[in-house]
Amino acid sequence: MTLLDRHIAFLEALRAAGMPVSLSEDLDAVAALGLVGWGQRQQVHDTYAATLVKRQSQRETFDELFEIYFPRMVGEGFAAAAEPEGSRPARPADGPADLAAFTEELADALEADDLERLRQLASEAVGRFGSMPGRGPGMSSWSAYTTLRRLSTDELTLKLIEGLRRGGWTEEQAGRTAAKRVGSYQQMVEADARRRIAEEKGPDQIARITVRPTIDRLDFLSARRADLEALRREIYPLARRLATRLTQEKHARRRGPIDMRRTVRASISNGGVPLDVRLRPKRPHRTELVVLCDVSGSVANFASFTLMLVFALREQFGKVRAFTFVDDVHEVTDYFTPGSDMVDTMTRLADATSHAARFGRTNYGRAFGRFVEEHPDALGPKSSLLILGDARSNYSDLSLPTLRRMAASARHAWWLNPEARRNWDTGDSAASDYAAVVPMVECRNLTQLTEFVHDIL
Amino acid sequence: MAWFSSPSDATTRLATAGYLADAATATTSFLAGALEKPLLVEGPAGVGKTELAKAVSRATGADLVRLQCYEGLDEARALYEWNYKKQLLRIQAATDGQAWEETHDDIFSEEFLLTRPLLTAIRRDAPTVLLIDEVDKTDVEVEGLLLEVLSDFQVTIPELGTVAATRRPFVVLTSNASRELSEAVKRRCLYLHLDYPDTEREKEIVTSQVPDLDDKVATQLVTAVARLRDLELKKAPSIAESVDWARTLLALHIDDLDAKAIDDTLGVVLKHSSDTERAVRELKLR
Repeated sequence: MTLLDRHIAFLEALRAAGMPVSLSEDLDAVAALGLVGWGQRQQVHDTYAATLVKRQSQRETFDELFEIYFPRMVGEGFAAAAEPEGSRPARPADGPADLAAFTEELADALEADDLERLRQLASEAVGRFGSMPGRGPGMSSWSAYTTLRRLSTDELTLKLIEGLRRGGWTEEQAGRTAAKRVGSYQQMVEADARRRIAEEKGPDQIARITVRPTIDRLDFLSARRADLEALRREIYPLARRLATRLTQEKHARRRGPIDMRRTVRASISNGGVPLDVRLRPKRPHRTELVVLCDVSGSVANFASFTLMLVFALREQFGKVRAFTFVDDVHEVTDYFTPGSDMVDTMTRLADATSHAARFGRTNYGRAFGRFVEEHPDALGPKSSLLILGDARSNYSDLSLPTLRRMAASARHAWWLNPEARRNWDTGDSAASDYAAVVPMVECRNLTQLTEFVHDIL
Repeated sequence: MAWFSSPSDATTRLATAGYLADAATATTSFLAGALEKPLLVEGPAGVGKTELAKAVSRATGADLVRLQCYEGLDEARALYEWNYKKQLLRIQAATDGQAWEETHDDIFSEEFLLTRPLLTAIRRDAPTVLLIDEVDKTDVEVEGLLLEVLSDFQVTIPELGTVAATRRPFVVLTSNASRELSEAVKRRCLYLHLDYPDTEREKEIVTSQVPDLDDKVATQLVTAVARLRDLELKKAPSIAESVDWARTLLALHIDDLDAKAIDDTLGVVLKHSSDTERAVRELKLR
C-alpha cells in the first residue's frame, strides 16, 4: 500500500463516517503535507485536522480514524525490532509473577504521571496479556477487555490513591486525579488494542466497526453514561445557537403590511409625497407549550433532554408547562427555575419519577386519563401539546378517545418518538394507532431534536 | 515574503510576540501562511482567538486590518462605498461646457472611492494581516460577499473593474460558533479549534501575562481553574478570566489560594449565580 493509497483510504473512511470531505479539501491536505512533510506524526495529524475537519463535533471521529490509519507504531514497535533475534522468548511471558512485576511498574508510572512511559506500558500490556491466539494467520486477535481485567484496574486505582495521599494530597483530590489517570490509561490500552487489530485485519474493516457516530447524531436510546454527560454539555450551547438562528430568521421577516395611517402622517412633512413608507410591525407569535413526557426506563433520558432544551429556550415560548408520567401524571414545571443549574435539575427530575408512577408499569391510556382529570385547564385554544414517548404501553388500553379530545382542544399537537421508524409497531408499540390521532415524528438524536424545536417555533 | 518558514519557526516567533502557541496552533498558522489560505479559528470566548491574529501581525511585522462583524453589516461597510457627497459636489462644480461623458468617467474614479477593510487589505502593498472578527454574527448574505475575497483575493467593482491583491494578506476569521458557517466558507479555509489549554500551558500563559505572581499561587490558580472547568458550568472560565483572577490575587496580596480565598474572589471567574453556587458546593468552599 503506497502512501497515496493510504491517504485516499483514510479520506474514504472519514466520508463513510459522515464527514463532508470534498475534493478541494483533499487537494489542500496533500499540498499542506508537501510543505510540512511526513517527519513528525503529530504534525501530520495537525495538518490533516486543519485541512479536513471543519467542525469540532467531528474531531473525535477524526482522531479515532487517524489512530487506525496512521498508527503510532507497528507491532511491538521500534524498541522490540532493535533487539537481536532470539533474545526475546517467542511468546511473551504472562505468568502470575510477570503480571505482578508488570503491575508494580505500571503503578510507578501512574504515580509519576509519565505519559510516554504509560503509552509504552499500554502497548506492552496488550501485547502480553491481551492476545487471543487464533487457529491460523489472520485469525488471532487482541482484547482490551481481557488486558484490563487481568491488570485489575480497581486495585490499581486504590493503590494510586494511597500513593498520592502519601505524597501529601488530600483524599478528595487524590481520588479524582487517580480516577482520571487510570481512565486515560484504559483509553490508551483500548486504542492500542484497536491499533493491533487494525494491523491484523486491515484498517477499513476496523474503521467501519469501532467508530461511533458524532455526539449530535448519536441515538438517545443507545447513549452510554459518558455520552449522556457529553450530551448534557451540548444542550446549553445548542439552545444558544438555536435562539440566535431564530432571532435572525425573525428579523428577516420582520416587515409586515403597509400602515396607511402612519405613512400618510409621515408624508405631510414631504408635502404630501409618501417618500417614507411605514410598515406595520409583525407581532411575534409565542407558542404556549404543554409537554407530556414518558419518563419510564430507557426513554427517560430522551424526555429529560427534550425538557432541558425546551426550558433553555423558554424566552421563545409564551409559557411552558411540563408533566411527566409513567402510569400517573406529575407536574414538573416548577423544577425549571430560570438560570438554575442544569445538573441539579436533571437529578431532581430523575428523583421525581416516583411521583409519576403508581404501579411502575408504563400505561399511556391511564396517564392520559389522569391528565385530563387532574389538569383540565392545561390545554386551551392557545396552547400546543407535545407528547414524548416510545408509545409502548404494555398492551394496556390506549384511551384513543381521550387523546383525540386532548388533541382537539389544543391548537397543535405533536408526538416525538425516540425510536427508529422501523421499530414502530413492533412488540407492544402502539405507534401507528397514536400516530393516526397525533402526528408522530421520529426524533432519535440531537440534530433531529433541534430541527423539530426550530420548526415549531 | 513567506510568513513563517516552518511550524517550529511559527512557535518561536509567536512566543517572542507574547503568544504561547501549542503545536496545532503553530502548525496551522504556518500552513495558513504557506498555502495562502484563510484561517478560521473557532472556540469558546476568551481563549485567544483574536489575540492570535494580533500576535501574527506582531511576529511578522505586518499591519493589522480589522473588520468587526455585526448583524446588519453590509457591502458598504465591509468592502467599499462611493463617496456620494463628493460626487455631488463634483457634478455641481462642473463647468457647463463639460460633456456628460467626461463627468461620468470622472466621478467613478479612485478619488471618489471609500475603501472599507476588505478592499483596503487587498490593495495594500505592505504585508497585511486581515482579521475578520466574529464572522458568525453577520447575516448569511455577507458570507457570499466573503467568498470572492477569500478564494481569489479579488474584488470586482463594476465601475472600475476587478481589483486583485498584489500581495495576499494573512486572513484570520474568528467565530464563537453561535451559528454554523456555510460549507462554502469553511471549504475555503483552514480550520483551527482553540480550546482551554492544559494546566502547564495555562500556567505559562498566566505567568507571562502577570510576571509578579508567586509561582505557588500560580500553580494553585491553574489547578482551581481546571477543576472549575470540569464542573458542568454555564460559562466555564477562560484564559482571559484566569489572567484576571491572577491580577486580582496580586492586587489583594493573597499569597495562598485556600478555600476561603477562592470563595472570596470567585466572582472574578464565574459570571452566573448558579455557577457560583455549584462551584461552592462541589469544591466544598463553605
